[in-house]
Amino acid sequence: MAPEAWSLDPLAVTAILGMAAATYAMRAGGFWIMRWLPMSRGMEAWLRHIPGAVIVSLLAPMVARGGWPEVIGTVVAAAVMRVAGHDLVAIMAGIASVALLRQVL
Amino acid sequence: MSEHLRPVVFTRAGALKGARDALPMALSSIAFGLVFGVAARQAGLSLAEASLMSALVFAGSSQFVAIGIWGSPVPVFAVVLATLIVNARHLLMGASLRPWYSRLTRRQAYGSLFFMTDTNWPLQLQAFLRGEREGAVLVGSGLFMLSTWVASTAFGHAAGAAIGDPRTWGLDFTVVAFFAAVLVKLWRGRGDAMPWLIAAVTAVAVHLAVPGFWHVIAGALAGSIAGAIRDTSGKAGHGA
Repeated sequence: MAPEAWSLDPLAVTAILGMAAATYAMRAGGFWIMRWLPMSRGMEAWLRHIPGAVIVSLLAPMVARGGWPEVIGTVVAAAVMRVAGHDLVAIMAGIASVALLRQVL
Repeated sequence: MSEHLRPVVFTRAGALKGARDALPMALSSIAFGLVFGVAARQAGLSLAEASLMSALVFAGSSQFVAIGIWGSPVPVFAVVLATLIVNARHLLMGASLRPWYSRLTRRQAYGSLFFMTDTNWPLQLQAFLRGEREGAVLVGSGLFMLSTWVASTAFGHAAGAAIGDPRTWGLDFTVVAFFAAVLVKLWRGRGDAMPWLIAAVTAVAVHLAVPGFWHVIAGALAGSIAGAIRDTSGKAGHGA
């Protein structure tokens, strides 16, 4: 049974506000902490390597968990990106190949 | 790097460009918002509670985790702790924006960071790496994605179980394909191969061993630290 549409349980609202605070603390916290760390050559090199490493770490388990359609779809998206140079086209190609491969494999 | 000393602007045009660039992500978030709305209803959240969560938290994975442990009475502490852990990866993303966002006013920077997600953070970062000075990409793309996320949550909750499986259309793959495209653009040459390989292997290994999002933090730290050590210890690596 779904509850009344507009009901707001005090505990539920407390949990949601807590979640919002926790999430914002993470979003702003990394930026804030960097204020207190001196910008050295090593620090700059580290910051420069974060973006690629974060995205690879998000992507790799998703692909590994998915199976062949996801592996091939990732290769297709990257290859189309490389050739066409347009991310929307690459994303569409990736989605289309995964949808197709899921029917076939 | 003198690049970091250049001023960063914050304009309406930049926000609009951000919203336009976020279009594929917003379409994908509609599919997941619908699914989240349906799942939240099944977990016992009211329409108002589910919509409020999407509006204030705006972090899909942690919201799914939260409704996974939701109950009556609501386990507030467990829900908040799980959210903190699942979203800890955002610490690294925020840190990576420091060189540019420190040139904005505090209000612009800390306001923008509310809207930072896995998918619009790369949009803002790429703009800076391309040499653009526009810092409003995050807020523009974020506002757009937030509105579609909340609207689709509410719609999914209201429509109940009538929604089909977005997997059939491959829509769940949107984010993976987007990450693949971003990586092609971030690739600076063979010097990236070693840190990325270390990140990938670490992330997959930790993902298999530990639930949650620890694999992102472990993989990102391992890869980025390895790259930084390589760059600073010898002559090899990128021309910085």
